[in-house]
Amino acid sequence: MALKPQELVDQDYKYGFRDDDVKYAFKSRKGIDHDIVEQIAKIKDEPQWMRDQRHRALDIFFAKPLPPWANLELLNQIDFADIFYYMRASDVEGVTWEEVPEEIKRTFDRLGVPEAERKFLGGVTAQYDSEVVYHSIRKDLEAQGVIFTDMGTGLREHEATVKKYFGSVIPAADNKFAALNSAVWSGGSFVWVPAGVHVSVPVQAYFRINAESMGQFERTLIIAEPGSFIHYIEGCTAPKYSSNSLHSAVVELIAMEGAHIRYTTIQNWYKNIYNLVTKRAVAYKNAHVEWVDGNIGSKLTMKYPAVYLMGEGARGEVLSIAYANSGMHQDAGSKMVHAAPNTTSIITSKSVSKGGGQTTYRGLVKVYEGCDGVKSNVRCDALLMDAESRSYTYPTMEIDAKNVRIEHEATVSKVGEEQLFYVMSRGLTEVEATTMIVNGFFEPFVKELPMEYAVELNRLIALEMEGSVG
Amino acid sequence: MADVILELRDVHVSVGDTEIIRGIDMMIERGTVHALMGPNGSGKSTLSLALMGHPKYVVTKGDIIFQGRSILDMAPDARSLAGMFLCFQYPSAVPGVSVANFLRNCLMARRKGEAPLTPAVFKKLLDDGCARLKMDPTTLRRYVNDGFSGGEKKRLEMLQALVLQPTLSILDETDSGLDIDALRVIAEGIEAQRSPERSVLLITHYQRILNFVKPDVVHVLIKGKIIKEGGPELAHELEAGGYDPLIKELVEV
Repeated sequence: MALKPQELVDQDYKYGFRDDDVKYAFKSRKGIDHDIVEQIAKIKDEPQWMRDQRHRALDIFFAKPLPPWANLELLNQIDFADIFYYMRASDVEGVTWEEVPEEIKRTFDRLGVPEAERKFLGGVTAQYDSEVVYHSIRKDLEAQGVIFTDMGTGLREHEATVKKYFGSVIPAADNKFAALNSAVWSGGSFVWVPAGVHVSVPVQAYFRINAESMGQFERTLIIAEPGSFIHYIEGCTAPKYSSNSLHSAVVELIAMEGAHIRYTTIQNWYKNIYNLVTKRAVAYKNAHVEWVDGNIGSKLTMKYPAVYLMGEGARGEVLSIAYANSGMHQDAGSKMVHAAPNTTSIITSKSVSKGGGQTTYRGLVKVYEGCDGVKSNVRCDALLMDAESRSYTYPTMEIDAKNVRIEHEATVSKVGEEQLFYVMSRGLTEVEATTMIVNGFFEPFVKELPMEYAVELNRLIALEMEGSVG
Repeated sequence: MADVILELRDVHVSVGDTEIIRGIDMMIERGTVHALMGPNGSGKSTLSLALMGHPKYVVTKGDIIFQGRSILDMAPDARSLAGMFLCFQYPSAVPGVSVANFLRNCLMARRKGEAPLTPAVFKKLLDDGCARLKMDPTTLRRYVNDGFSGGEKKRLEMLQALVLQPTLSILDETDSGLDIDALRVIAEGIEAQRSPERSVLLITHYQRILNFVKPDVVHVLIKGKIIKEGGPELAHELEAGGYDPLIKELVEV
């Protein structure tokens, strides 16, 4: 039997099935050192500069402490010696789904990826553990010169561009996990949109961790040339395991003059995954970068998508939601760095904590001296479903310019007895009423999603609310 | 024998340790409009919330019979599906949920296992309701009670009653705080619910709504007890003399 998907015992996480019979073409031993790094670079047959960069990054990883302000109780549980840093399930990267090994293909079928591709996507990469196993781009986009490929292929085929921009936005030394990613990265997307090209359909990357005690370290670089537009979507899920896995991505976006990048994430990792991700964009003159960031799963997420506003008229937006259930901590937020006058940033963060889950908003708005005419608006709303759950807000403002307009607003509310009673008095059960209230709370986020994702997210919240009440 | 929709048998209601409703009997027959009048603090809202099953308003004694069965063990949603409706005095906001979406969900809850409502039928229901209550149809796209004025909230409560067509509507001071034009529209909405099949319990402090809606029976509630019952003329009596003579009477008894 090729596939033994483990059906869910409980119904709260429908992506928790796994493939037990996948034969890995290559699997590194557990643990991390320079030999492992060399092995990865060798398998990928990388140029010397990338190898050197990996080794330097590993030294930085060893030297850097964990961030002292983080949830160390959870972070300290990561055993870096007990993780597989590189696992390749397939030696081939399919350009049709038929070329993808059957058991892996079935996983993505169950996740609905080929179906979404047929319906409304302009391109798809599907990453399974360390490597991309499937990749496609619509012919019309290719004809317009759009490059959308996995990062390894990007490095091979567009080495000069990758060398110029890789690590230029997020250097290895940025933080411990960016250093780790820079040392052992594998997979991820390389996207280049030519000047003036407006990619009208989204492209999607799908990240799946299948193996136990796995580390997934994809690396994504998106360059939007002047006046171009692209919408990139990523989704993440993993099977249910009792041991922890680590997902530590680095995503760098470069929006040239007048370019517009929208980057949407629906992260629904199972709650054994540490999701420690560094995401940062630079926006040049009149460029526009949007992070639409949905964090529904994982054990601990630490993620603060940033926009460095480098040119006049640039605009940065983060719209994020976080949902933390029992045993989960969503530590998310945003950084907006205004390094040019007349730049604008908007941060909208919404979080729901339930069953003892914790959410944290951690944010920075920085305005450099001389950057007049900056406007920034930060809004954080937290919803607590019960008395055991927690929500924390740490907004930091460093404003060194005059003539700026900075606004910050934060609210914490509870799903009130009166509100619940009101909705129930119209005939909805307690679960239906709670679902409606939570969906309404997330509505500003959901309405920014493509229809198919919005429906899925609403359904997901309905599932999460079941069994929560009583 | 007349068809009784709601029967209260010696109903006592407490909030925390305080007994607010201290033994009420009442019979509402199908197709009738009852007015329950009383001054502030008499227990009017407590009674309406207890009827709908608010968890904080506990029936400590007696029984509530709705369409032939006791509803004391029924949750608010079950009472709603059984045909009860409460027009709230202070309805809650549900941010992010549009009025149309809210009403669709409320209707769907009533049609479990049945064919779903077609969009055309649903739209007509809402449009008709809006027209009747002189509501701006853009209200349907706004979030439920979010940023609504007092008058807008009252109209939305009435719209829900029109769309959901309950067997018994309980209106908790729906008339308070309205100007005369709004009052007239609300009264029209109440009249629209009058049918041989349906009943209304109109809870109010003031007599003026009764200039537009003629009740079949008037009950006067003071300090948690019904101290007087009569026909529409009782409301006029109260308008002339206020509650004071009745309260005095009560003290002397």
